[in-house]
Amino acid sequence: MTTGPILEARDLVKRFGDLTAVKGVSFAVEKGESFGLLGPNGAGKTSTLRMISAVSEPTSGSLTILGLDPRRDGPEIRGRLGVVPQEDTLELELTVRQNLEMFGRYFDLPRNVLRERASELLEFTQLSERANDKVDDLSGGMKRRLTIARALVNQPEILILDEPTTGLDPQARHLVWERLYRLKREGVTQIITTHYMDEAEQLCDRLVVMDHGTIVAEGPPSELIARHSTREVVELRFDTDSHEELHERLSPFAQRVEVLPDRILLYVNEGDDTLRELHAVGVVPTSALVRRSSLEDVFLRLTGRTLVD
Amino acid sequence: MLTRVLPRFGTRRSTHIFERNFMVYRSQWLMLVSGFFEPFFYLLSIGIGLNSLVGNFHVGGQVITYATFVAPAMLATSAMNGAVIDSIFNPFFRLKISHAYEAVLATPLDVNDVALGEVWWALARAGIYAASFIVCMALLGDANSVWVVLCWPAAVLTSFTFSALGLAACTYMRSWQDFDIVALVQLPLFLFSGTFFPISSYPGWLGAIVSISPLYQSTSLLRGLALGQFAWIMTFRMAYLLVLAFVGLTLAARRFRRILVP
Repeated sequence: MTTGPILEARDLVKRFGDLTAVKGVSFAVEKGESFGLLGPNGAGKTSTLRMISAVSEPTSGSLTILGLDPRRDGPEIRGRLGVVPQEDTLELELTVRQNLEMFGRYFDLPRNVLRERASELLEFTQLSERANDKVDDLSGGMKRRLTIARALVNQPEILILDEPTTGLDPQARHLVWERLYRLKREGVTQIITTHYMDEAEQLCDRLVVMDHGTIVAEGPPSELIARHSTREVVELRFDTDSHEELHERLSPFAQRVEVLPDRILLYVNEGDDTLRELHAVGVVPTSALVRRSSLEDVFLRLTGRTLVD
Repeated sequence: MLTRVLPRFGTRRSTHIFERNFMVYRSQWLMLVSGFFEPFFYLLSIGIGLNSLVGNFHVGGQVITYATFVAPAMLATSAMNGAVIDSIFNPFFRLKISHAYEAVLATPLDVNDVALGEVWWALARAGIYAASFIVCMALLGDANSVWVVLCWPAAVLTSFTFSALGLAACTYMRSWQDFDIVALVQLPLFLFSGTFFPISSYPGWLGAIVSISPLYQSTSLLRGLALGQFAWIMTFRMAYLLVLAFVGLTLAARRFRRILVP
């Protein structure tokens, strides 16, 4: 057994005609790690995931998954991966249990093994009571859990999750997080994309932020916050139509000032100190909020606030 | 030859697609049963209705009833229709509506396995339908030689051709509306492929066009076999159907690849 990374991508490029979706990304994932891919829509996350799922072939660059080459050993690699796609792709005409058992057959697993494993997985994802219902009748959260259960049917060494909790209510999200955490404890390597920064902070040991097909930052969430933001953020609102006018006046008080249409953000180390200093010089906002810097601040700083569709 | 050509089109894993379809259709057994009754009704109506109107027929020195003349063509047509339904409508749903194939491609199966698996399935159903059709022919007295059993492999070959072509066609469908075009192709094929009368009744130019029709090739092949009238041209007809099948399968696999794993 090699002790190198379980997955290694070097200068991965994916081109669709004239469009270059992924422009040379490199990263490595260690065994047992939870690795996040963050980025706005169109950043190239899904294209990257499809390549490391050994489904779509890289246009150029090198990729090693489980020590194998996806160009040559695609079927063997896919046999050892679990994939939770962005959109549920369940078999609507089959029951919950049949979905699991049929999917397992694609991995050449014997039927008696699958019967047992399906029961375990239904238990794990709290779907046992719905085992014999048609998938069409399930709620969004249940479908998502079933998709996760399905991805586990071959006991994968790497689990690849594309926006695992998008569209779920808070209860369902927490259940998914808790299950993913249990899998992590069992040693399953996870590669996750998400639009929720709290999710990334919760689930990922380490992550990369992608923008326009390249990696713009890499590190553990806490390190990224420390590197790209301040410890705290002060959010101020003033009774004015143009917050822009205040920019110059406030800039001596913070490491960075960001003016938004409805409020001003001051990136500082001690928010309460800053507020006191502002009061002392007669700056009185209509509302003030001091909070800790989050991954969301880092994300917006790195990828911009402009809407991407 | 098959063992050398087929791996290019898919592996043994393609049988899992067959299994999947079987699992789905187990709960839709009514559809399977309808496949048995369709030929029965066809043959019965023609036997009762048209036989008396048209009278007997002279084909290659044999005197046969009209139903005996039409039955092999009906078998060819039903093989075509069944193959088209199985390989255009259902795969379209899985390819573009439910995205079920995308999930399959995350497993060891490859695009070629998916395409080939769908063809296996279409063939298996075709085999069952063709067998029941031939039994109906025999029961209703529309088969006048034991050679009619040879219609079975020929009907399966017909299904192979049309399901491969259908699978390729389904990848070009943009929405359910496009299926009107399928009907627009199927109907003239059905009416002009020498189904109801010999194409010798057509003017020469039309006859030439008709001979391109794979359904015409299949109808002629099946009719010759059913009547036990063997000729070298049958070899050509079989080869023609086989070539079209491989063209369809190659195109289908290529189009599936372009759509599913760009």
